[in-house]
Amino acid sequence: MTTVAGSRVYPEQKYFKPLYLILLFIMGLTGFGQMPIFKRYYIADIPGLGWLADFYATHYIHYIGAIILFGFFVYAAVVYFGLLRKQFRLSWAAYVRIVLLALITITGIFRVLKNLPDVVFSPLFTMAIDISHLLFMMFLMIFGIVFMISKKGWLTLIKAE
Amino acid sequence: MPNEISRRSFIKGSLAAACATCATQVPLPASAKTKNDQELATLIDIRKCIGCEACVEACRDVNDFKYPQPEKPFPKMVPKRVKVADWSDEDGREVRDRLTPYNWLSIQWARVQVDGEEMELSFPRRCMHCQNPPCADLCPWGAARKLENGITVIHADICMGGKKCQVVCPWDIPQRQTGVGLYLDILPSLAGNGVMYKCDRCYNRIAEGEMPACIEECPEDVQIIGPRDEIVAEAHRLEKEEGVSIYGETENGGTNTLYVSPVPFETLNQAISKGPGQPHFDKVADQMAHADNLAKAMLIAPFAGLAAAVGRLYKSTKNVETETGELS
Repeated sequence: MTTVAGSRVYPEQKYFKPLYLILLFIMGLTGFGQMPIFKRYYIADIPGLGWLADFYATHYIHYIGAIILFGFFVYAAVVYFGLLRKQFRLSWAAYVRIVLLALITITGIFRVLKNLPDVVFSPLFTMAIDISHLLFMMFLMIFGIVFMISKKGWLTLIKAE
Repeated sequence: MPNEISRRSFIKGSLAAACATCATQVPLPASAKTKNDQELATLIDIRKCIGCEACVEACRDVNDFKYPQPEKPFPKMVPKRVKVADWSDEDGREVRDRLTPYNWLSIQWARVQVDGEEMELSFPRRCMHCQNPPCADLCPWGAARKLENGITVIHADICMGGKKCQVVCPWDIPQRQTGVGLYLDILPSLAGNGVMYKCDRCYNRIAEGEMPACIEECPEDVQIIGPRDEIVAEAHRLEKEEGVSIYGETENGGTNTLYVSPVPFETLNQAISKGPGQPHFDKVADQMAHADNLAKAMLIAPFAGLAAAVGRLYKSTKNVETETGELS
């Protein structure tokens, strides 16, 4: 474990970001793949991307990504409260991301429930969860880009008293 | 159904619902109810059908008001590979030998050997109304949905005509009509391509206590309708006592349309014309089974993350203790 500017650097600070970005990219890609756009707009014609036009494949990958994300979120939350919170606090940009991720997760859970054979939702509620899931993801992408440009990270170092 | 939600109310309602979802907790809606045993299924006895097409005509008569009235000329589609699907001219509307947006039920014919005697069988084909319909599960807009009574409907005011429901349907049932629907009000050239249409098993008539038109008008009582448990039991009785074969009980995890045939469905499947709008009688595995299993795995994932994190904290604590011990 190394020390930078008097603070301990945890391994999670190095591998969380790439893992999070890869997972979100896959979820975004397969999420948008639920709409019939990749074949229409030739993206699935690109060698190696034909699977994007397979709705079952993108659906399975989206579900697998959600499974990994669920585990990842819980791991990240526990490690933050158990280890990192001693030195860092969450930035306001982190709170924005967390709220959006929570909303995406909640609407996603309802979408998964709706897909189970034993559950029937009303049409308006089904539409609401579909569209809000998509909108929250788009907000997360927009805010993610804005925060990246403005260099607003997740953690802020707590200054020594 | 088409008149229940207008395009404007759909957009307003969706945005309001999305905002409400955002601003508040998400309670389970009162309309979310678990499936009970009251899903209605139909049993089609192929032996009784005489191919008179009374069911076809009855379907067309009572559902005429639901048929598309497309606006022409159609929007120019971008990119050009996106083809329009137009059945709205006089010839298209008259097609009866396959499923179209204006023909939700068609008669298939098969020449087969029954007890050593060559026979021509006929039978109505339409949506199978799956118990776990991929069209409704995978519809990105919620336009296709399953009702509590087991009917799967496509909401014409919401559907964008992307044809995903047809692609994921094991029988390619839904049929597209260009030039109608919500896509015309959004990005008509760039997204969507009309509305998908299929049998809704006269859900509106059933809601009013009436029979689906195809059942009511059949002179040979080819179809019966009732709770699925009873329909399956009747199919099993016919199988045991009269040696018929059953289709639909387990196909795609179970459908709410069951067929009984005097010949095996493999034989029937070989004898029918198959293609666009002409469904097969192949064996069909449960298309949503993998997704349902993955959904169950989602329950375990947070506990796996928790276990890993606790292990990580324990290891960190041990390391600190070691470092402290070494220092002292």
